[in-house]
Amino acid sequence: MSTLLEVSGVSVTFDGFRAINNLSISIGQAELRAVIGPNGAGKTTFMDIITGKTKPDEGRVIWGPRSISLLDLSESQIARQGIGRKFQKPTVFEAQTVRENLAMALKNPRGPFDVLFYRKSRATAARIDEIAEEIGLTDDLPRRAGELSHGQKQWLEIGMLLAQDPQLLLVDEPAAGMTPAEREHTTALLVRAAETRAVVVVEHDMEFVRRLNCKVTVLHEGSVLAEGSLDHVTKNQDVIDVYLGR
Amino acid sequence: MSGSFIARNPSVLWFLLALSVFTVAVTLMSEVTGVGLISTSFVKTLGKTLCLCLIAIAMDVVWGYCGILSLGHFAFFGLGGYAIGMWLMYARTEIIVVQSLANAPLPPTDKEVTDAIATQIFGVVGSAEFPLIWAFSHSLALQLLMVVLVPGLLALVFGWLAFRSRVTGVYLSILTQAMTLALSLYLFQNDSGLRGNNGLSGLQNLPGLDAVPQSVISIAFFWASALALGLGYVLFAWIVSGKMGSVIRAIRDNESRVRFLGYHVESYKLFVFTVTAIVAAIAGALYYPQAGIINPAEIAPIASIYLAVWVAIGGRGRLYGAVIGAAFVSLLSSWFTGGSAPAVNLGFYTINWTDWWLVLLGLSFVAVTLFFPKGIGGLFDLIVLRPVPDRQGDYGPDKGAWRREEGEP
Amino acid sequence: MMFRLFCCALAIALSLGAARAQDSDAPLQSLLQANADAVANPSRSTVDGLVAALLASDLPGVPVFLERWRDRGVYLRSSDGLFYYATKAEGGYALVDVDTGQDAGQADSADITELRPNAGVRRVIGSALVAFQLLDDDPARRLAALDAIDRSPSEDQLEPLRLSIDEEPDPALKDRKIRLERLLSARFAETPAQRIAAIESLEGDLGVDARAVLNLILTTSPAVFAELPTDRNIAAVLEPGTEALSEDEAYARLVEAGFAPPLTGVATIKDALIAAMDGDAVAGIPVAGLSTDAAREAAYEALAATGAVPPLVTLDDQAAALAAHRFVLLYAEPDPAITAAAADTLEAIQFKVGLNQAADLALDGLSLASIYFLAAIGLAITFGVMGVINMAHGEFIMMGAYTGYVVQLFIPDYTLSLLLALPLAFAVTFAAGVAMERLVIRWLYHRPLETLLATFGISIALQQLAKNIFGTQARPLTSPDWLSGTLTFNEVVSISMIRVAIFVLALMFLGLLIYILKRTRLGLEVRAVTQNPGMAASMGINPDRINMLTFGLGSGIAGIAGVAIGLYAKVTSEMGADYIVQSFMTVVVGGVGNVWGTLAGATLIGFLQKGIEFLNPSNTLAAQTYMILFIILFIQFRPKGIIALKGRAAGD
Repeated sequence: MSTLLEVSGVSVTFDGFRAINNLSISIGQAELRAVIGPNGAGKTTFMDIITGKTKPDEGRVIWGPRSISLLDLSESQIARQGIGRKFQKPTVFEAQTVRENLAMALKNPRGPFDVLFYRKSRATAARIDEIAEEIGLTDDLPRRAGELSHGQKQWLEIGMLLAQDPQLLLVDEPAAGMTPAEREHTTALLVRAAETRAVVVVEHDMEFVRRLNCKVTVLHEGSVLAEGSLDHVTKNQDVIDVYLGR
Repeated sequence: MSGSFIARNPSVLWFLLALSVFTVAVTLMSEVTGVGLISTSFVKTLGKTLCLCLIAIAMDVVWGYCGILSLGHFAFFGLGGYAIGMWLMYARTEIIVVQSLANAPLPPTDKEVTDAIATQIFGVVGSAEFPLIWAFSHSLALQLLMVVLVPGLLALVFGWLAFRSRVTGVYLSILTQAMTLALSLYLFQNDSGLRGNNGLSGLQNLPGLDAVPQSVISIAFFWASALALGLGYVLFAWIVSGKMGSVIRAIRDNESRVRFLGYHVESYKLFVFTVTAIVAAIAGALYYPQAGIINPAEIAPIASIYLAVWVAIGGRGRLYGAVIGAAFVSLLSSWFTGGSAPAVNLGFYTINWTDWWLVLLGLSFVAVTLFFPKGIGGLFDLIVLRPVPDRQGDYGPDKGAWRREEGEP
Repeated sequence: MMFRLFCCALAIALSLGAARAQDSDAPLQSLLQANADAVANPSRSTVDGLVAALLASDLPGVPVFLERWRDRGVYLRSSDGLFYYATKAEGGYALVDVDTGQDAGQADSADITELRPNAGVRRVIGSALVAFQLLDDDPARRLAALDAIDRSPSEDQLEPLRLSIDEEPDPALKDRKIRLERLLSARFAETPAQRIAAIESLEGDLGVDARAVLNLILTTSPAVFAELPTDRNIAAVLEPGTEALSEDEAYARLVEAGFAPPLTGVATIKDALIAAMDGDAVAGIPVAGLSTDAAREAAYEALAATGAVPPLVTLDDQAAALAAHRFVLLYAEPDPAITAAAADTLEAIQFKVGLNQAADLALDGLSLASIYFLAAIGLAITFGVMGVINMAHGEFIMMGAYTGYVVQLFIPDYTLSLLLALPLAFAVTFAAGVAMERLVIRWLYHRPLETLLATFGISIALQQLAKNIFGTQARPLTSPDWLSGTLTFNEVVSISMIRVAIFVLALMFLGLLIYILKRTRLGLEVRAVTQNPGMAASMGINPDRINMLTFGLGSGIAGIAGVAIGLYAKVTSEMGADYIVQSFMTVVVGGVGNVWGTLAGATLIGFLQKGIEFLNPSNTLAAQTYMILFIILFIQFRPKGIIALKGRAAGD
């Protein structure tokens, strides 16, 4: 399994507080990975670094077969490289319709003039319908995103992530606020997505992680505490001490 | 494509219809082309109002759609006016100078003509030489190009600097206000090359058209302004509809989320800022020949703030709202300050509207912001019943400027 | 004939006088009579001896006499040949005795003759007089004499001045005498060595007069030579076409010196052609074709060929003439050693003056910074704590200033009214701020741009309201006497007391704010609300109350700033608008939500503005323009200001 993303020796300090401390993680081409850890372990900051929101003080973040350093790229360039991110709280554009939200996310040229002279095509419309079906929002396409329920907004955000067609999906607590049936659906969707691309899931819910049935990385105080299958890490004494045991 | 564009935006058609009816009505009522119900000066006022409506829709696009509260668009308006004013003044002075030199014993050399024009124009600031920025003023075509290029370049450079450093929200507003202030202070200097606080004057007299009465010229400019407003409206309606509009509104509502979708937000903002600046400049180039005079006070920061007031009162986020706001407030303002409004006698004190209009405007502006955030344009929702999203907080152009919660982009 | 008669009369008078001269009651009169001829008809050759004799007599009336003599107030009465002081009076002249100073009756104008010493004599008298005045017992007279020397220094004052130094009892006057002696020596001392010593001793002297003396020594005048002279003290050789001497100026000097004919300019050619116009042609060339300079030149040359006008002098001729001559600046002072010493000393003084000007500039910058700090700190507090931009902040400043003005209308004592105005201005604007927060801003939280516009609406309403109440003309806010002076450190560095007071006020508020924010319960709650309003609310802090108090505090300080600004500028309804953009800049540059940030921003902007004004003193508009451009560029490098919150607390 070749490496898609290589994070090595990364550290970030906020006003003297080390949020990330010499963190190294590597993600394979088609891999499902769960990242767990107590509050303040640096899970969100880890995602911020990969997506370019936070610049680390030291360390390297290398991406893809051509080994590009992500640290030199802006957020939008990183997104165009093929890294999609779903936020903890659903952040969809509430004033716009579901279709507009999906159309915006759809993989297409992103320059202002490309967008200005953009014309709808049958293929893109079909792709939007396809995604809508997958996330169960076909009937809601003309509705405003603001009118959706919390769970539906989560789905829409996942749909936007899929529409971007990224090589790496960073998913922050996807199951929050979902019914058990919806969780089931989400799990299936993520597992299916991981067949062709890399998926990193940050999650608190152990049950959900267990269902993903994948390699788990435990973060603590900004660095990796343990890595392996869920059963493996739950038996690790350090993990029990700092996280599970409490 | 165009059919579907109109079909998706029926308000464009309605607006164009209303504008045409208004234009024809004014033409039929004017002194020269109609029955003479409307005086020439009022035709000019209406023509100027159309130009103000044009800059108001530009402001609406940049603020109401893209969320950038620019307090600098009147600077671009003024620059457009200065650019066209330079040609008007040069060409007219040239005609006068050539006429007067025709009686001289020797036929004048080119340099003598230029020097005489310069003395005429710059005598008032104690100079007799053309500054470098007047290099193109002899040519209408070049100077028309300047109308677009100078404000466009300024907007491009300023916008690039501002957006690049991710200045947003009130910071950006203050920065644009600072830019406007710097520009107007610069122009106030006598050695700015644009006649200091005298500004450019006599712009209502078109060179070579002395024989044509102002009543005809006013109608011509009125038509030109109406045409520009119509074209500008269609252009902006096209930009803010479709995917471009979708991205722009998304930037307004959540800038960094758009960034994580892979859009280079700065380019979009720069595009909107520059295009609206150019349209503002064109509006200015049509406005000042009707006003007759331009001076640096016109581009003081306060003017740009009034522009925001018009758009807010009219209702931002919809183009016709901006038009209504600009027309309503500016006409009302000239009615009140012109002394036509009847004074109110309270017995112990007489309210003289020339003194109290600004107080009224200021307070009603506060009231609109507090109680009618959708402005006058919001009244149309009562007729058309736009679907109103209900499951949301106070979304708006400024939400992006105030977010503290962790985990949000 | 008449002359002879006059001489006879004089001789008789003199003999009569001589008889009187024995009189010991009138020693001065007798001394004068002894030298009557020299007194009545003084000349350069006789006056020295006479003055020496007068000085040697040590009589108390001598200084007064010398003064009157010089000022043409001494008269000779023909009838008795005595000298009197006389002034014009009813029907002739009122006489005063030279010794006693008593009234000596009246004289007919035909009977007396005014003594009219010529200019040379008067100078000698004057310098003798200076010697007297410099040694006078009355310090005020000695001071007056020094002032007189200061006003019109001359060579002959040097010797008496030197002599008087040792006698001087008053140390301050002695210092002044020593300094004046140096200034005079620098210009008038006998030997070059003395002069150079005096010049060098001026080093480090910041006085304007010292620089004036040196500049006088270094006075130059332009000159033109075919060959550089060796016997002249040349200050500089100028190359034509450089900044110091343009080619046109250089040629004008040549023309003035008669070394070259004037250039045939465009205007000359035109006038010549018009003068020589013959119908539709000049020298056979049709006038209609003369619409270019080249054609006109050709026509002129054709004219010149006929001899009607002098030949054309072209730019080539000008260049050749310039190349053939050397342009120099000559010192008026012939001795190069002296000018070199003066130039060196002047340079050293200029350097020291520069340092002191920098200090003065720093003081100015500091006072401007304190004004900006006062104007901006209230804005910074409300912006930092509440995220609210208050466009009406400038109008709160104005309200404070008008409060001060109204208080002065009722309380004529300026000190008392000022002491009352400060808390009252705070109270008024505090109340206005609280009212605004409750009525408007509270409903617009989380919509900062709308707050900006709503407060702007309030701003234009308040501004117009002030105009309606107080009128458009500026109202004075007079400072008490103890604030109207100037604090002077030396000749260059000084600052007005008002600015010192504003600086102190700013320091007080800095301290007070730091104390409130760091040491009081209110400050703790304010900081809590700043960092996390939701969390603060759940800890039992009432954010509404905190916001209200914060807004009131910010507005109240604006009121105090208004009084301070009103003291040194006029109070108008637009004064707030003049400060609002600078205040915004201060907040933005400094970094939001931080007292120290505002201080840093105010300091930067204050010093920057003074610095730019110093570099371009004629143009304060340009200074402001450049400052704003600088700030726009500054934001590029530090978008969050000088002192920025970092990390999660920044809330970006």
